Amino acid sequence: MGETLALLSDVLVRATPLALTGLAVAIAFRGGVWNIGADGQFLAGATLAAWIGVALGGTHLSLPLALLGGAGAGAVWAGIAGVLRSRFGVLEVISTIMLNFVAAFGVSYLVRGPLQEPTHVYPQTPSIGDAAQLPVLVPGTRVHAGILIALVLGVIAWWAMRHTAAGFRLRVTGANPFAARSAGLVNVERVTMRAFLLSGAFAGLAGAVEVCGVTYALYENLSPGYGYTAIAVALLAQLDPLWTLAAALLFGVLEVTAAALQREASIPSTTAAVVEAAVILAVIAVAGWRTRRVEQHA
Amino acid sequence: MTAGLDAFLQGTIRTATPLALAALGETMAERAGVINIGLEGSIIAGALAATIAAQHAGVGAGIVTAMLAGLAVALLFALFVVKLRADQIITGTAISMLALGATGTIYRIVYGEMGTALTVPTMPTIRIPGLASIPVIGAALFAQPVVTYAAYALVPLIAWWMYRTHAGLALRAVGESPEAAAASGIRPGLVRTLAIAADGLLGGLAGATLVLAQAGTFVEGMSAGRGFIAIAIVALGRWRPIGVAIAALVFGAASALQYAFQATGTRAPYQLFLALPYLLTLVALATARGRSIAPAALARNEEGE
Repeated sequence: MGETLALLSDVLVRATPLALTGLAVAIAFRGGVWNIGADGQFLAGATLAAWIGVALGGTHLSLPLALLGGAGAGAVWAGIAGVLRSRFGVLEVISTIMLNFVAAFGVSYLVRGPLQEPTHVYPQTPSIGDAAQLPVLVPGTRVHAGILIALVLGVIAWWAMRHTAAGFRLRVTGANPFAARSAGLVNVERVTMRAFLLSGAFAGLAGAVEVCGVTYALYENLSPGYGYTAIAVALLAQLDPLWTLAAALLFGVLEVTAAALQREASIPSTTAAVVEAAVILAVIAVAGWRTRRVEQHA
Repeated sequence: MTAGLDAFLQGTIRTATPLALAALGETMAERAGVINIGLEGSIIAGALAATIAAQHAGVGAGIVTAMLAGLAVALLFALFVVKLRADQIITGTAISMLALGATGTIYRIVYGEMGTALTVPTMPTIRIPGLASIPVIGAALFAQPVVTYAAYALVPLIAWWMYRTHAGLALRAVGESPEAAAASGIRPGLVRTLAIAADGLLGGLAGATLVLAQAGTFVEGMSAGRGFIAIAIVALGRWRPIGVAIAALVFGAASALQYAFQATGTRAPYQLFLALPYLLTLVALATARGRSIAPAALARNEEGE
């Protein structure tokens, strides 16, 4: 019984960053922004959240400030790629990859330099203060309030994408920027920039939630590639925010099961990545097959 | 100090070799309008294939098998991108994940969980008589394994092929406008498939280099983002083979500097040096007005046949 509870808790803890980064990718892709830099934005958010959590850890405002700061840092990190695209025509595929590397090296520097814990033994920051930690929802487990944040934001994103003018503009821009512009419907540049910022904010928040809810400190390799798995999550969900939550849960189950199978049955845990990749390929193969059929019938 | 400089220059060439090989392959793919993020997958597949084949049949077999493994991964990418016209970025990400996961799984099945101290025969260093004795740069440039010389030869060869042959012109035409190329009788799908195949072969060779010329063993995930670094190198080198070779040296030098710092025990923030080439690439792209130097049809699938 206790073991089942622990596994369930692991699944939810794993699904949370996947849900938030998955939403980040879903929003970007919907808006025609190929943000494959969610990993870097995640680290940017985690870094600022850790700094705020350590510096202001005793005050009551430290938790909201850490979360908002994390989202802001992620938005800025993605915003760099947004500016590079809108002002200089640099493809965001390339720039977000660069920014992922810069973020990873930046964290590596900070946790051995200015932000390192006081004894200078471990390459990580000191623990954030108690007040900056997300509360644990179920005593005795690791399930933290970040799950609620992901759920609420997922529902809001779904509603906004479906039922608001901003959501409509995002979808139109992503579906066909040329038509959107020539129809005079949409300021494509502004919508695109907002897609960058919002996507980055979600990924940055994911990093902040991870620090405030799970690790309580910043260190290298904080993200085991959440930003890339997020692409699989968002695609499996067909870029729909509600389905993104479900897909994140599924991938959480998959990864926790893989880890358990490795312990119990010595099936390599790397198999989880193979399954995730196969999911993406299956989704796009089906989509490609459908379009071909439609074209042939047209 | 000179010993330090020698080590630094040799380290630069050594780290730059697999990067240059992979980036030259990626240059061909991107000049055909395909951004192959699955290159990382070709590299890691090449690394594992080189390990297994070299253990049983020696270095030569390792190199060939690695290139075929890189090719197989690239052809899977081509199947989705060219045949099914799937999005290049999404497909590439999936292919890299697939290859990283699959190589990890195969490695653990073949060699066990902990990967017993695995040693693989490596390529000998070949000193080119005379040239290797040139002061300062001689040893760095001309006392290297055979793949490094292959990389030297490929740079002018690919440059010549790309700018002086009809096939090279077709490649670049497809990268600028697949529609216009098709109108003039070129088959964009075929050109792109062949360019992706070349990318995979060189990616596999880069993986073989990591194992057979450097590490002498396989480590899970040992490609360590080199496929992505290659994409940076192509951009910094402005999609031209010579520029790409120079850019590979810049990235190689940044890593070599890290080892130099670590060797001398300097507590310098070497991570900042490692980040520098990426920042340089961003600045170079921004100041060069990225879109005008990148192939116009990059990352865009052709509309209709």
